Amino acid sequence: MIIAERKPMEEIKQLIAPYKKVLVAGCETCVAVCWAGGEKEVGILASQLRLARSAERSEISVLEATVERQCEREMVAEIKDKVAGAEAVISLACGSGVQTMAEMFEDKPVFPGVNTTFIGMPEKEGLWVEMCGACGDCFLDRTGGVCPIVRCAKGLLNGPCGGTRKGGKCEIDPEKDCAWVLIYRRLEKQGRLDLMRKYYPPKNARAVKRPGKVQAAKA
Amino acid sequence: MKTKSNLARILDIGQFAVTAEISPPQNTQFDTIKKNVNLIKGYVDAFNAPDGQAAVVAMASWAVCLVGIEEGLDAIVHMTCRDQNRIALQMDILAVSAFGVNNILCLSGDPIYFGNHPKTKPVFDLDSLQLIRMVKQLRDEKKFDNGELIVGTEPRLFIGAAMNPSAQPLEAAVNHLKDKVTAGADFVQTQPIYNIEGFKKWMELVREKGLHKDVKIIAGITPITSLAAARYMKTKVPNMDIPDRIIERLKNVRNKDEAAEEGIKIAVETINQLKQIEGVAGVHIMTLQREELIPKICNAASLYPRP
Repeated sequence: MIIAERKPMEEIKQLIAPYKKVLVAGCETCVAVCWAGGEKEVGILASQLRLARSAERSEISVLEATVERQCEREMVAEIKDKVAGAEAVISLACGSGVQTMAEMFEDKPVFPGVNTTFIGMPEKEGLWVEMCGACGDCFLDRTGGVCPIVRCAKGLLNGPCGGTRKGGKCEIDPEKDCAWVLIYRRLEKQGRLDLMRKYYPPKNARAVKRPGKVQAAKA
Repeated sequence: MKTKSNLARILDIGQFAVTAEISPPQNTQFDTIKKNVNLIKGYVDAFNAPDGQAAVVAMASWAVCLVGIEEGLDAIVHMTCRDQNRIALQMDILAVSAFGVNNILCLSGDPIYFGNHPKTKPVFDLDSLQLIRMVKQLRDEKKFDNGELIVGTEPRLFIGAAMNPSAQPLEAAVNHLKDKVTAGADFVQTQPIYNIEGFKKWMELVREKGLHKDVKIIAGITPITSLAAARYMKTKVPNMDIPDRIIERLKNVRNKDEAAEEGIKIAVETINQLKQIEGVAGVHIMTLQREELIPKICNAASLYPRP
């Protein structure tokens, strides 16, 4: 799923400083699972904004709304009345959701309330890690299901580099695993270590022609 | 001979080669480069010019190489995958070869997080193996990376790679050397060696695979000239294998000057031991901006004069 982190309170306060009626719009899909922009986080941010403004003796009305998926026009349309009642919107969805909102309500400033960080998974409660770089040319069949493009600090296809620490950690961060050690161990378990000796040519950086478009195959 | 490289010439005639590093300045001045080139001229067969070493901004490797060549010293240009994509790398390879650089060290590059511009976007369009292959293809097949033929003179570079013989497990490090040889490395320069016993074990594995016959292995030497530096390298630099006896030796000195002398002594002893190891083709001296130590070490290790 897409992982995001809420922006610092100070930054959000700055974004909406000129407005007195603001809608905080959440998304119940990815950003809800990573505790950044679901219904619960919408409620928290709304309360924080009200408190902050009242401490400054500055008037504000904060509306709240959350849709199932903010990256779908039909779902965003469900909250059009609330948007109409606000001067500005803070979207707690990923960048895709923010843009869908902004496109549907072109007369309204839509501000991002989170920083979209990566495609990943929960490692444990409250901790998410990056897994996929959406390169458009999946390589995982050759690497035991470990992506070196995002999980190796240098994105090496023919790793590891000389910087693997003892214990299989990365030179840039002793807390992070060396992706190539993970790959080695996984392939070893599967009896496919011969893949470690293969040479892989440079990747096609245009596998996804930016901006990306995917057309469904006709049935 | 594939190139006009002096380093290749020395290695071909079976002489124990000497290379050393000159640190590029963090300004636009040629004077220190010229001074250092002339300081080590006659003591080394070629010199390396690091390219954004430790991801810290300094003069580009190719420019330092050109200064050295002008002064009559064979140069080894460094190129990293960190800052340039395959288009920029090939353009620079054509350029440096045209200007008389004969050797190239193909590196993935020190991580940006270590440097003085940690917010920079890293490139890594290629990795070091892919870069080695690309240089070899340009030279031996006269083809660009996309397969198009080079019309006219191709870059003729003696191809080098870096190697960390302390990387673990040892077998993996040897396999990685094999991959670099297969990709096209003519020579490798290693990270500094302090644990000579560990290095001997690595070289045994290298000889078992016959790799020392396919690639010239130039062992790295960096004198540690203070106890603080030794401790820092032991604890803070990943994969630096510093035995306790080196720490002990630097502890048992009376002052700074004696520590520096002891560090140089250790370096010289290591070089003398390296000369005895079958398959070690030379040494690469990296003094971390203390180029004045290079002639001193070369003299003490009887590496001077050069053939």
